[in-house]
Amino acid sequence: MSDTKTRVFERVPSPFCGIASDDLRISVDGQTVKVLDHGDPVTIAGFESPLTDRAPRLHGQEVSLETAISHIANRLKDSRLPVFSGFGSDVSEARAALSLIDRSRGIFDQMRAEAGLRNLLVLSDSGWMATTLAELKNRVDLLIIFGSDIEGPFPRFFERFIWNQETLFGADTSKREIVYLGTAPSGSQSTAPDGRKPQVIPCEMADLPLVAAAFSALAQGLKIKADTVGGIPTATLEGLVQRLKDSSYGVITWAAGQLDFPHAELTVQQMCKAIVAINQVTRCAALPLGGQDGDRTASQVASWISGFPTRVGYLQGFPEYDPYHYGAERLLLQGEADLLIWVSTLSTNPPPETTVPTVVVGRSGMVFSKEPEVFIPVGVPGIDFSGHMYRCDNVVALPLYQLRDGGLPKASDVLKAIEEAMGPTSS
Amino acid sequence: MLMKLTGGKVYDPAHGVDGEVRDLYIRDGRIIAHPHGEAVSVDQEFDCRGKVIMSGAIDMHTHIGGGKVTIARNLLPEDHRNDPVARSGLKRAGAGHSASSTLTTGYRYAEMGYTAGFEPAVLPINARQAHMEMADVPLLDVGGYVMLGSDDFFLRLLSSGVDQEVINDYVAWTVHSSQCIGIKVVNPGGISAFKFNQRSLDLDEQHQYYGVTPRGILQSLTRAVHELGIPHPLHVHGCNLGVPGNIETTLNTISGVEGLPMHLTHIQFHSYGTEGDRKFSSGAAKIAEALNKNPNITVDVGQILFGQTVTASGDSMRQYANHGHAHPNKWVCMDIECDAGCGVVPFKYRDQNFVNALQWCIGLEIFLLAEDPWRIFLTTDHPNGAPFTTYPHLIRLLMDKTFRNDRLATISPDAAALSTLGSIDREYSLYEIAIMTRAGAARLLGLHDRGHLGAGAAADITVYTEQDDKEAMFTRPDYVFKDGELIVRKGEVVKIVWGNVHTVRPEFDRAGIESRLKPYFDRYHTMAMDNFVIRDWEIEDDGRSKILVHPCRGQA
Repeated sequence: MSDTKTRVFERVPSPFCGIASDDLRISVDGQTVKVLDHGDPVTIAGFESPLTDRAPRLHGQEVSLETAISHIANRLKDSRLPVFSGFGSDVSEARAALSLIDRSRGIFDQMRAEAGLRNLLVLSDSGWMATTLAELKNRVDLLIIFGSDIEGPFPRFFERFIWNQETLFGADTSKREIVYLGTAPSGSQSTAPDGRKPQVIPCEMADLPLVAAAFSALAQGLKIKADTVGGIPTATLEGLVQRLKDSSYGVITWAAGQLDFPHAELTVQQMCKAIVAINQVTRCAALPLGGQDGDRTASQVASWISGFPTRVGYLQGFPEYDPYHYGAERLLLQGEADLLIWVSTLSTNPPPETTVPTVVVGRSGMVFSKEPEVFIPVGVPGIDFSGHMYRCDNVVALPLYQLRDGGLPKASDVLKAIEEAMGPTSS
Repeated sequence: MLMKLTGGKVYDPAHGVDGEVRDLYIRDGRIIAHPHGEAVSVDQEFDCRGKVIMSGAIDMHTHIGGGKVTIARNLLPEDHRNDPVARSGLKRAGAGHSASSTLTTGYRYAEMGYTAGFEPAVLPINARQAHMEMADVPLLDVGGYVMLGSDDFFLRLLSSGVDQEVINDYVAWTVHSSQCIGIKVVNPGGISAFKFNQRSLDLDEQHQYYGVTPRGILQSLTRAVHELGIPHPLHVHGCNLGVPGNIETTLNTISGVEGLPMHLTHIQFHSYGTEGDRKFSSGAAKIAEALNKNPNITVDVGQILFGQTVTASGDSMRQYANHGHAHPNKWVCMDIECDAGCGVVPFKYRDQNFVNALQWCIGLEIFLLAEDPWRIFLTTDHPNGAPFTTYPHLIRLLMDKTFRNDRLATISPDAAALSTLGSIDREYSLYEIAIMTRAGAARLLGLHDRGHLGAGAAADITVYTEQDDKEAMFTRPDYVFKDGELIVRKGEVVKIVWGNVHTVRPEFDRAGIESRLKPYFDRYHTMAMDNFVIRDWEIEDDGRSKILVHPCRGQA
């Protein structure tokens, strides 16, 4: 492949960051991709990760694509319980995978589902009032960041949505108030352009459930006798509730992946209840951040095709949802699954190490500590193929464009070929 | 390949055919004229003697794709857990009673003889999702009405007093960009007003930031749709949905458009009076009278039927107001991208509940008092009034007075006493059902080659066994053909095909409006204008869906 002509693409959407920045300028020189403008550590790593493997491998030996596909099809036919995971992937790949999972009576679990469920379980238990990134950008006057650092996983969040130059309604964005409840920021991006620092109300991670419960109670008009909650003066929390009530459009955000403690969904639920209570007097909304490694894409597609967002099992021939039993990690650890199919085209995250035979349909460049039984290196949606992805707010899907011809197969085609090789369902 | 459907009783209202015994011929997916004189060599013949033939049914208002449906799915895992559908035959697995999974939706529609469904609330920013979901609905043609009227770009244009031409260009640009076939407005301006903490917005009330009124929004959008020549009139979900007394708003909305074509959707939810001890009464007679008098107005009913369902709407303002009725007690409201909003509230309609029972009566009264079946359409606003799977039951209620009155005797007696339903003798005929569910819907949307059985029509055809029990008859057709392919036999799916996406593409000044839109996207949005626009490849590249573009008035 010797293409000496460098091509430059404008306004390229990034499938790698959960906020789907689509203003990237990218050059492609042969197989080498470079982010020229508006890159950040997440998108640069995503776009510039080099192509390495080109040929499928079976037990470490290079084989033809047909041989690899036929081997996987036979494996699936013999499997009692295959679990499909990974799904740093795009819409068509999730679609093709769900068809194969339905055919092979497998289980679907996105690799970030544990975090995603901290939100999804709240949605299915009580619902919420939520907002999206453009509403945030144009309306927010008070942003509460709960128990999370934003700028690490979402490096351009503040630049794009908080310190934007102007809003639809003529607000002075430099006056926006930022409050960190629970965790201090890892950097200075939440500092206003005029040097005003965000307010930080710190507490231990272990106290977040208590703080959320107290905050929710106060928002609902209840009194709290304790002087402090999780080390935070109750009066400080009361003051924060009052500021939300005095705001025109408050937003509470969190990155559920960072709320890494048992039953964090109950904590998220308290914050959502607080938001509903505030809405009796003014407008306020939740913005659950996420969307990295295709997690929102996977849950959206799974939801419309199977009825459930993740951890869906087709064991009995119809989809069943079990947020606990159908977690891939547990199924592998306890030896319930006998085959792991890892599909990951966006990220080079390798599958978890397991004693169970493992098949990988994954991005070229993936490095394994233990060679899987089968590895089919594939191209990347948004670099090698066109496609679609969802960003964190679940509403906006962006088109992904082909930027280069990497000469690698497309995961959705591979998955369809596997299903075809399995033949019709035996009745 | 030539197929012949022999000896069926044909109901084809577009050609005035009312139950005549005829043969139909199909070649290359189309109905062809009787091949007289030729050496006719029929490759496949279907004996339709004693059977009823209509074109494939068209659901012109059904929430089958897009963000709010998937929010409903995620809100209600029990809806899916309680109604699993196992993989069987050609059909893949799925689930769901009221917000069923996409594949299951397609199979169920086809098994009832439907061959097209139109998603009525496509948010411009969420149109990509609506199309991706509808691409996973097999066997069914689809299309969407794109929502305007609470988006900030439109409200800014309107409040700045631009020429109607500019509005028209924006409306046309949006219908192109979202690959839709019509324009919808939901609670005009109200979704935006809710973001400014306004809790209601009546027809002549001002939006507190933009200063515009719902009446002004409706006038501007009805005019735009009309002047652009888009066949389907503005699809209006009016102000004050579900509010007792909203009949006045609805009547004023009708007079407010000054004779321009307008479609009022799920009119049942907008036909409430305030009479009686409970300050809730039927406005059906007045609404039907207004409909009968105003030939520019069409309606679909949004009939409620008793049981558990979920309401999914773009009307975040009204859904928020109604969240206290959520059953089970959980709900979602969203503000969306300075573009629109949504609200999802599960609901259980109960036959012994006074209000629900009267809602049931009101919908049926409107059906039965409306004189012109070409201007009223059979919908439950799926899933908001009831899931679409209740259509055969609804058809029986309309066609069978005894059955209807038997049901009336079982509902809340207080509601029944306040309704005129029991005194209405009308029974819909098969011909009228064919108008409401086929010919009228196709005409309303500008689908020239659908909804009829004349030469040149796409061979979307449903064959039923005529039965006294119309619910049974319409539940399980003998044959369903989609574009000439037999897809359902005796109520079972026998072939999987993928439907078309119906669109319109009115002419407009692209350069002019994009010179306004591009900087607007760059300054205020979170994506570039070029990435907002849905290109043909996004819908067609998977090799399943095909885009069909229907002409606007004045286009060849």
